[in-house]
Amino acid sequence: MAQVLMKDLNKKYDEVHAVKDVNLHVRDKEFIVLVGPSGCGKSTTLRMVAGLEEITAGEITIGDRVVNDLPPKDRDIAMVFQNYALYPHMTVYDNMAFGLKMRKFPKAEIAKRVGDAAEILGIQELLRRKPRQLSGGQRQRVAVGRAIVRHPQVFLFDEPLSNLDAKLRVQMRVELKRLHDRLETTAIYVTHDQVEAMTLGDRVVVMKDGWIQQVGEPLELYSKPANRFVAGFIGSPAMNFMDVAVTDAGGALWVESNGLRVKVPPVHAGRLGAYRGQHVTLGIRPEDLRVATGADSGDYAFDTVVDVVEPLGSEILLDLKAGDHALVARVEPTVRVKEHEQLRLALQPERLHFFDLKTELSI
Amino acid sequence: MIGSPRARRTATLLVCYGIVGAFMVFFLFPPYWMALTSLKTNQEIESLEGIPLIIQQGATLKHYRDLFTKTDFLVYLKNSVLVTVPTVLVSMVISVMAAYALSRLGFLGAGVIGTGVFLVYLVPDSLLFIPLFKVIGGLGLLNSKWSLLVVYPTAIVPFCTWLLIGYFASIPRELDEAALVDGANHFQMLVRIFLPVAVPGLIAATIFAFTVSWSGFLYPLAFIYSSSEQVLTAGTVTSLIKGDVYHWGGLMAGALLASLPPVLLYAFLMDYYISGLTAGSTKA
Ligand SMILES: Nc1ncnc2c1ncn2[C@@H]1O[C@H](COP(=O)(O)OP(=O)(O)O)[C@@H](O)[C@H]1O
Ligand SMILES: [Mg+2]
Repeated sequence: MAQVLMKDLNKKYDEVHAVKDVNLHVRDKEFIVLVGPSGCGKSTTLRMVAGLEEITAGEITIGDRVVNDLPPKDRDIAMVFQNYALYPHMTVYDNMAFGLKMRKFPKAEIAKRVGDAAEILGIQELLRRKPRQLSGGQRQRVAVGRAIVRHPQVFLFDEPLSNLDAKLRVQMRVELKRLHDRLETTAIYVTHDQVEAMTLGDRVVVMKDGWIQQVGEPLELYSKPANRFVAGFIGSPAMNFMDVAVTDAGGALWVESNGLRVKVPPVHAGRLGAYRGQHVTLGIRPEDLRVATGADSGDYAFDTVVDVVEPLGSEILLDLKAGDHALVARVEPTVRVKEHEQLRLALQPERLHFFDLKTELSI
Repeated sequence: MIGSPRARRTATLLVCYGIVGAFMVFFLFPPYWMALTSLKTNQEIESLEGIPLIIQQGATLKHYRDLFTKTDFLVYLKNSVLVTVPTVLVSMVISVMAAYALSRLGFLGAGVIGTGVFLVYLVPDSLLFIPLFKVIGGLGLLNSKWSLLVVYPTAIVPFCTWLLIGYFASIPRELDEAALVDGANHFQMLVRIFLPVAVPGLIAATIFAFTVSWSGFLYPLAFIYSSSEQVLTAGTVTSLIKGDVYHWGGLMAGALLASLPPVLLYAFLMDYYISGLTAGSTKA
């Protein structure tokens, strides 16, 4: 068990600057998730920690050792790959035992560890099989088993669930979480799936174009996104964004644009004051919108036209038009509306988000 | 009923068997002719009477006896083995290392070198043997079977390297990486993970190397002139064609025996050639 420190980490390929000035402190026993769109440098970062990719600049420390120049085998890490990368010519048992054999563990100890791991993962009866005789989910378990028999200081996962079907993915997600609670080994987990990131991570690192955008606990990212990118990336369906003007009327601040006029709630008024007369981006999460009732204040309600209705059973997603703006609302399953009908929506004033138009930073 | 799935299947099968049968006749006729001629008496071989496709005047093993007693066939066979085995070993070791480096280590210019290596293979023997004669002379290997051990790899290594680069590229990189993370050093990874997975490719390359070395004709004919150093291909021909006298029975017997080792090797290795060996290592 160990902490992992990345200091001013950079990776340049010939053409691409894949990882830019990454600074990250992964605490001992922490499950940290790197998330971001494809090509944002997550895998590259992970592979530098693993020693599979040379570090262009910066420093990586595992435990209290700087590992920049150590080969993968001396870093005491274990990795689970997206494609599983099981050794096709070996049985499941030998796949899991390989790392221990390389490290010259005694036979009895190897048998015990493989047996324990197989039990944890429920793959005891598969030990004599070859990888090609396994289903996708079983292969995934073997790949995880191969990592845990080693009792490494750090687990590295590179999109380990993305080749599984949706149902299995959810199941394995829960199992991975349980496994981490049980083993308490530091883990760095890479995924492009924000739901995986939010459910698995003690903390989540959002990346884009090689930069870290924000590091924080899942709910912190959700409620206090550092910038427009994080706000749009975390949460599904994604946050609605609208370009609005900040105006001053009747002693209060308002944001408005064609078809929409909302009072700036007191919590935001101070910071938004500086933007008087300018434009900002307004962000509203679909789940912070609901159908307005007579009791709702006109300051926080607006009219829309329903475009598409998507009933999901537990909720309804509405695609709406408010003036020029298209937005999505997530409403109660009991709401009865039809396409092209008028609908008045109310919003949660304290849950509005504002972003600087140029820097895209949260205001 | 015509057009029922069953009838259509039967018709399709008949066509398939017909085509396969035609190919078999085409390709098996030369060996059949060789076997036939090698078992005929000289009179029958030279006779213009009767049907040449069967033996009419009684079979004989005379040509085989003569091959072993009146020519140096056994010496040629021994030399062929002595040349081919080390040639295949040396070529495979060099090709595997070259292909691994070119396909995996990703150094500057690897792609260009890979293509260059293949282009070398395209230069024909008949162009190369004259300059190579000087080289072999310079090495003092003229009229020695070991000259072939120097010459053959120059033809085998480029092609095998190119073949293996293609095969290695189909092996997922994560496999090497998993082994490295698991605690293997580069050499252990190569021997315990990479090469076992690459076995089908290695077999294909080995078969190629063996075939080139075993059946090479021009180089031994050009570089070797003593019977004691000669190999099967050139040896059989030079000892059984005297001026314009062709000992057809002996030639056919020798050719047939000489082609047995490749046939056996193919049959043996095909058993180990389990296609789809890599299936299951990565995603479905
Ligand atoms: N071996 C490589 N050579 C050149 N560019 C690479 C290489 N590996 C990754 N890249 C580039 O680096 C960037 C980050 O890649 P990666 O870390 O794999 O992204 P992801 O976040 O999807 O895992 C991408 O633009 C990718 O094209
Ligand atoms: Mg990736």
